[in-house]
Amino acid sequence: MTDKPNYRVIGTRPVRPDGIDKVTGRAQYGADTRLPGMLRGYVLRSPHAHAKIRGIDTSKAEALPGVKAVMTAADFCAPGQTVDQLPDLSANLMAGTKALYRGHAVAAVAAITDEIARDAAALIEVNYEVLPPVLDVREAMLPGAPILHEAMRSRTPTGPGENPSNIVAHTLSAFGDADAALAECDVVVDIVTSTKMVHQGYIEPQAATATWNPDGQVVIWTCTQGSFPARQNCSQILGHPISKIKVIPTEIGGGFGGKIAVYLEPVAAVLARKTGKPVKLTMDRSDVFEGTGPTPGTSIRATLGATKDGKFKALKADMAYENGAYPGAAATYATMVAAACYDIEHVKIDAFDVVVNKPRTQDYRAPSSPAAAFAIEQLVDKAAEKLGMDPLKLRLANSSHEGSRGPMGMPFSRIGHAECVEAALDSPHYNAPLEGPNRGRGVASGFWFNVGLRSSVNVTVQPDGTVSLVEGSTDIGGTRASLAMQLAETIGVEYEDVKPAVVDTDAVGYNDVTAGSRVTFASGMAVVEAGRNLIKEMTARLATAWNVPADAISFSNGVFSTADGSKTGTFKQIAENVVGRGPGLTVSGSVNAGFLQGGGFAHHIVDVEVDPDTGKVQILRYTAVQDVGTAVHPSYVEGQLQGGAAQGIGWALNEEYYYDETGRMVNAGYLDYRIPTTLDVPMIDTILVEVPNPLHPYGVRGAGEPPIVPPLAAIANAVYRATGQRQTQLPMSPRRILETTGKLG
Amino acid sequence: MSKKHITTRINGEDVEFLAEPGASLLAALRDELGLTGSKEGCNNGNCGACNVVFDGALVNACCVLAVEANGVEITTIEGVANGEELHPLQTSFLENAALQCGICTPGFIVAAKALLDKEPDADEARIRHWLAGNLCRCTGYDKIVRAVLDAAADMRRTPA
Repeated sequence: MTDKPNYRVIGTRPVRPDGIDKVTGRAQYGADTRLPGMLRGYVLRSPHAHAKIRGIDTSKAEALPGVKAVMTAADFCAPGQTVDQLPDLSANLMAGTKALYRGHAVAAVAAITDEIARDAAALIEVNYEVLPPVLDVREAMLPGAPILHEAMRSRTPTGPGENPSNIVAHTLSAFGDADAALAECDVVVDIVTSTKMVHQGYIEPQAATATWNPDGQVVIWTCTQGSFPARQNCSQILGHPISKIKVIPTEIGGGFGGKIAVYLEPVAAVLARKTGKPVKLTMDRSDVFEGTGPTPGTSIRATLGATKDGKFKALKADMAYENGAYPGAAATYATMVAAACYDIEHVKIDAFDVVVNKPRTQDYRAPSSPAAAFAIEQLVDKAAEKLGMDPLKLRLANSSHEGSRGPMGMPFSRIGHAECVEAALDSPHYNAPLEGPNRGRGVASGFWFNVGLRSSVNVTVQPDGTVSLVEGSTDIGGTRASLAMQLAETIGVEYEDVKPAVVDTDAVGYNDVTAGSRVTFASGMAVVEAGRNLIKEMTARLATAWNVPADAISFSNGVFSTADGSKTGTFKQIAENVVGRGPGLTVSGSVNAGFLQGGGFAHHIVDVEVDPDTGKVQILRYTAVQDVGTAVHPSYVEGQLQGGAAQGIGWALNEEYYYDETGRMVNAGYLDYRIPTTLDVPMIDTILVEVPNPLHPYGVRGAGEPPIVPPLAAIANAVYRATGQRQTQLPMSPRRILETTGKLG
Repeated sequence: MSKKHITTRINGEDVEFLAEPGASLLAALRDELGLTGSKEGCNNGNCGACNVVFDGALVNACCVLAVEANGVEITTIEGVANGEELHPLQTSFLENAALQCGICTPGFIVAAKALLDKEPDADEARIRHWLAGNLCRCTGYDKIVRAVLDAAADMRRTPA
């Protein structure tokens, strides 16, 4: 960490390029799209959690003055196809023969105003046969549970199941012999946890606008985390060529994984085709809760064994994750992350992905990891208590390091979990005494991969010697700045001389989603490659201009020069005077950085006070430590840590999908689904540990996801210290606290 | 019901528009007047993304009827900067990296301005209490609160 290169731009804190538009209200988000002659759309949603759809009568809606079109799932069918043959991707957007959760879309209307579209939707008559729902992940696994998909058979380690089941997959992840090793351990601790479905809670509801020209050219404006995957999904759902669909990403008001999937885009496109006019659709907040993809509720049983001198020997777990209404892979992800912080020889994890009558789940910041850590990091705390060891020193003694078995069994490259724990041990927070009744301090670690995937950028030299940087990764949290900084560093210009822009799917090479903590990392790699290509091309042009061989020209610290120093020029001088007088110069950088790259580790420390009379948990002090590789723009990296911690605090203390027995979410609004406010969190201290990532030219690691992993367990461990009671269920609401402390009922 | 003719002042300009009797001020600002800086996060007064100043009072524009704007003086996020000169709060939000996705930012700036215009000495506790009606999901509020504190100090040094 002491040999960090002396960067010129990386590590500074410039103002973001899109900042002024965002503080003045000029930035255009999803719902801000306005087109001439635009219609408004509205989606009708199922009031039932589980129901057969016998028929839909849209005639009254179509007859309402001002209504221009009504659509159902049948409009997604190819010729000869029936609605019960639609793939999950389409069926989740609009139910065909069965509504699988309350909020499942069943029809949509386009009309001249939003009010008329809503009135028309109320006139659509859906003939439902209501079925009993199954809402609990363990109940859904039992024989005799209501079945969501009659055709579904479980994937298991021994082959497909014989009968219909709600278990999508049973995944087994095993190394060594965990059962035998546990029997020999001196200290064995176990825990059974459950967590509820929670939502990403982005403040901007989904919104999409589409046009469909008579020649089949489709344009879609949407606030998506990935314009290219959105184009791909729209193409599949609409049965329309990718080349005829252009997705224009608007600014995006938060996503956290929830704006990867398409919901409104294909609906807007179909309504635009049917009406011949632009159609805009926006979600209400209740639609966002009920009709988009939250993160799974879970049920986890776990056992950890250690030797008497504190060496972890074996971990065994059974993890069931709700997938919501359609099959996913949340539990399978959990097997890859659950044990990542520690070097444990014997591991056995049985993971169950399960469908229930709730919205199809989607990724939410470090998907699957926080709930797993809620169990595992409490086990570590219990082990520390039994062993009489400091919980940080126990973690340090067992920490994963370079060469340890990582996700899917592959060894980790250089990682920084131990460095995070050491930084926590040395932190002012951990060394400050915590005094007073009903107070406790908790700690926890967390891991999330840093995915790579595909990114492309274009860089163009402008006549005044500046450069434009064209990106396809939508910018949620400041990546225009972090990518422009990497380009400025690479080509030796000032940050202000790089003008970044996020463009549509026709204007740049393929980019995967803005997710997996990958943009500053992988799009950064594409930027560095483009920068190097640019220097190479400029060197070639300079060789002609200077009449010297290209290999006689070197470039360093932003200056081109010949070996003898007789000719020199800064990037800007050469760009303006040589390139600027020749043909235009645009270069690209494109990478496929693979699936699992590097690894991001975090460690959090929290002090709480528990009100013994009301059960309310107040966060007194919070410190988030994280290995971020290299902090490109430290302010925005700190912001990721603070924001992730705050989301984790909400998940730990307040947030849950609260269902009645019919499968109705009774708190589908911000008043009752209460995310943290300014009064619920203190200032959140950050410690940026920088163990350079060997897989990135500047050592960058993704920073966005790890910080939501530790808070759940860290707060539970703190509440235990404050009350003497383990917290095994989330959220740790006042009622839950009073139940566990015996003050209620 | 027929639309109502509304005469109001928005960001110092006289404005007339026709309002559906049931339409919210937020819908009128965004859909009729093209002032899309005020954002809809919840449409029921819980998130503060549509905060505007309404005859000197901070309101959620989604919870005010458009017809109530008749004869009223309104400031939206589009009216916070003085021409090309940013308000100290806007500068402070940029310098403190107090925004990530930015969707809540207009509401926070309008709300914070309403506070500092009346209470230039507001401290952290007061700022946190005042801004508790504005939801942000990205930042954890740390940098927002610091940005408001910095702007307050700046405004005290150089009164408008």
